[in-house]
Amino acid sequence: MKAIYGLYETPQAAQNAFKGLRAAGVAASNITVMSPEPLEEWEFASQDSKTSMPWIAVMGAAVGLITAYLLTAITQKVWPINTGGMPIVSNWTNIIIMFELTMLGAVLATVLALLITARLPSKLSRLYDPAISNGRILIGVEQPQDAELDRIERALKTADAEKLGRIV
Amino acid sequence: MADRVTSDLLRPVFQTTSKFYALIILLSGLVLCGIGAWGYQLYYGFGVTGYNWPVYWALHETNFVFWIGISHAGTLISAILRLVNATWRRPVTRCAELITAFALMIGAMFPLIHLGRPWLAFYLIPYPSERGIWPNYRSPLVWDFFAINTYLLSSLLFLALPMIPDFAMIRDRATGWKQKAYSWLSLGWQGTPKQWHRLESAMHIMALAILPIAVSVHTIVSFDFSMAVVPMWHSTIFGPYFVAGAIFSGIAALIVVMALLRKALHLENYLLPLHFQNLGKLLLLMSLLWGYFVFNERLTAWYGNSPHEMNVFWSTQAGTYSPLFWTMVLCNFVIPFPLLAIRRLRSITTAVVASCCVVIGMWLERFLIIVPSLARKSTSYSWGSYSPEWPEIVIMIASFAAMALLYALVSKLVPIISIWELKVGEHPSLKAAETVREAETAGEFR
Repeated sequence: MKAIYGLYETPQAAQNAFKGLRAAGVAASNITVMSPEPLEEWEFASQDSKTSMPWIAVMGAAVGLITAYLLTAITQKVWPINTGGMPIVSNWTNIIIMFELTMLGAVLATVLALLITARLPSKLSRLYDPAISNGRILIGVEQPQDAELDRIERALKTADAEKLGRIV
Repeated sequence: MADRVTSDLLRPVFQTTSKFYALIILLSGLVLCGIGAWGYQLYYGFGVTGYNWPVYWALHETNFVFWIGISHAGTLISAILRLVNATWRRPVTRCAELITAFALMIGAMFPLIHLGRPWLAFYLIPYPSERGIWPNYRSPLVWDFFAINTYLLSSLLFLALPMIPDFAMIRDRATGWKQKAYSWLSLGWQGTPKQWHRLESAMHIMALAILPIAVSVHTIVSFDFSMAVVPMWHSTIFGPYFVAGAIFSGIAALIVVMALLRKALHLENYLLPLHFQNLGKLLLLMSLLWGYFVFNERLTAWYGNSPHEMNVFWSTQAGTYSPLFWTMVLCNFVIPFPLLAIRRLRSITTAVVASCCVVIGMWLERFLIIVPSLARKSTSYSWGSYSPEWPEIVIMIASFAAMALLYALVSKLVPIISIWELKVGEHPSLKAAETVREAETAGEFR
């Protein structure tokens, strides 16, 4: 993998680097950003903010609800137990199981959606620098064209990079 | 400043003192005693306990309800504060969520401990078997199984997800086996905008989902009692009454745990008087709500004047159980109210004193809900009494030791305060840490 990146101490410097790269003709989708905390109020860290996660959670909830209904109703029909004069398929009591499994479905679907869309677990990118854990923000470009390298490096350096790195 | 926060909060993960090992040995010893007492109870049967006709639910059930109640503080408080975007919550949430996870694990053990043959507990799990035995979904105990497991799983996930970035932080600082372990735990976290955004979205959705789950869990625990036609149990108020009591005891436990962690891990710059003050206000509110529910429950029973209920009523007001009842009122209302309501008295110490009283008071409340109703059933022929024997008491002490042990062990594995959440935005804790650093630099602190 070929890549070039800069490490920045402040979000403002990272924002400048991001703008510099955009001005140098690098598409926003080709710019890699890594930060030690969410910085959604900054343009450089607000990419990929569209998500269908709430709908996935709703779908998970629906699956949980249907599963619970089938589990309770079929069980009660296959193995009928007369309990205190209640109907064999006793929906008043089954609502409790249905509620719990509905919520469980929503929670599990949310976690699955997180893992899949955030690509977790995954191997650490070679671009990753442990300095990110010390509060630095990484702005970089993966697989740049050879002709772009100097322009990119200049854009990263101009934004006051604390460290510049190249991966060949 | 941010680096200082990181190093302060990661210190317990990387540094271990001899005091820590001594504490672990002590707590492990107590937990082993509890396991031994359970083994003794299993080997010789329930005859060695104080359980006797007509009181077949007693200390183990009290502890079950108590610990499930304690579990309510964590995730519930964390979820509410997350949803209303209360910035002061950040240092508190992980402490609280850990309480939930551990209290649920410990609480869920008690129905097993109560079983004569705990190895048959899997009968509760719905799966097609050759025995043709299916769980009866009309039984509140089966509702418990579903509710507690849903809450436990959701709470563990709610706790674990925000830990991923902190695991990555430890991964980048650790060496050897620790680095390998944390690389695995951090799932290859890199902190890309997509990862951050998805994590925050997931936490928001889970906070929304976990609130009704938490309320349902303790409502369902209350159904274990209120679905039975037993004097003072068969009440419509039990659901909200149990939920309010659970939140009340949970907040109290959280304050106590935070105070202990603050002292033990030197987190004075992060767990500030502000946090104790805000949680103290919540505790005060819950104390008033608890008083309101108790008054409602008691007045309705007294006004109805049903002989069956009055037997139980008077046994707690003026009879055998009255010392416990009035101690409960003292601990849950009379002592905490002035300590938390009078501004001049408010401090970390008074919040902790009030919370300790509430924890004791709420344990007594659970006992008083369960035992007197069984000891004073409808006909005087079926009256009896209960006093615990050593196995139940040792198991109960061991459950408290298990809570402390789990907390101590986890404090070595993960920062007890979420570092990345603390760093997000401007937080008084960060400012306080900066002030302390400046003061130290200026030589003001000795």
